[in-house]
Amino acid sequence: MSFRVHVRVMPRTGLLDPQGQAVEHALSALGFAEAGGVRIGRAIELEVAAASRGEAETRVRQMCDKLLANPVTEDYLLEVEES
Amino acid sequence: MLNVAVVRFPGSNCDGDALRAAEQVGANAYFVWHRDTGLDGADIVLLPGGFSYGDYLRAGAIARFSPIMQAVQRHAAAGGPVLGICNGFQILCEAHLLPGALLRNAGLTFVSKPVDVVVEQTATAFTSAYEPGARLRLPVAHGDGRYVAAPDTLRLLEAEGRVVLRYVPSSEGSPFQPNPNGSANHIAGIANGLGNVVGIMPHPERAADSMLGAGDGLGFFTSMDAKVPSP
Repeated sequence: MSFRVHVRVMPRTGLLDPQGQAVEHALSALGFAEAGGVRIGRAIELEVAAASRGEAETRVRQMCDKLLANPVTEDYLLEVEES
Repeated sequence: MLNVAVVRFPGSNCDGDALRAAEQVGANAYFVWHRDTGLDGADIVLLPGGFSYGDYLRAGAIARFSPIMQAVQRHAAAGGPVLGICNGFQILCEAHLLPGALLRNAGLTFVSKPVDVVVEQTATAFTSAYEPGARLRLPVAHGDGRYVAAPDTLRLLEAEGRVVLRYVPSSEGSPFQPNPNGSANHIAGIANGLGNVVGIMPHPERAADSMLGAGDGLGFFTSMDAKVPSP
């Protein structure tokens, strides 16, 4: 089976996110003063061949821990869908 | 004669300067390629600055898995000296040879200018030629130089004297803006527990030739010795 996995890597809460802050200021300058708490991360999509959804998720978690996210500064979320 | 291997990754751009700085202190310096699996009998390894693998994903994240880094890991584990400069520091953090990580500068801009730093630890493989507390003026040139680490890690680094270089606080009258990147505790460089692995953001290899008007970085290279001074 093949799965499409969406990985969302975000800067860990509490760490300074200067990109998010800059975008928040820019939104405010454009008249979107209601926007707050802007944080900028990274989205990664990949196809994974696996026997089951659970196996796909386990493997992608290993990929995140080893390469796709930095455990010192980032957290990640996964979404797995059959493709 | 000291054998000094300068690792070249695709995207390294301070490799030539690092090689020349090592040669200036009389070392037998040579390049090794990222696909090489051995260090050709190196006593010392330099990971130069640049943008290895285009800084894709995160600075240093891909370089960490190159074949040569397995050899660098073995060299470091055996107590061999390794100096990571700028991108080399980022690679050492990604490779877990040093703790913490280097993130986008707090001001979001690429910073390229001289900064003043203090040498806080001289019992390392690359700072023994300096006096403790020596002030150096070294160039920085980076977009991702904001050192961060877990609070426990920062406490440990401070308690064990593993902060090697620190940006001079503005209150001390430096003409240069202090801390160019917002790094934790104004950290500009750290060492591992043994002092054989050192990572720094400033570029001593660009300040190692008095003909170019700056010699403050030369001490990193004159310090080089196959054995590491004990802390």
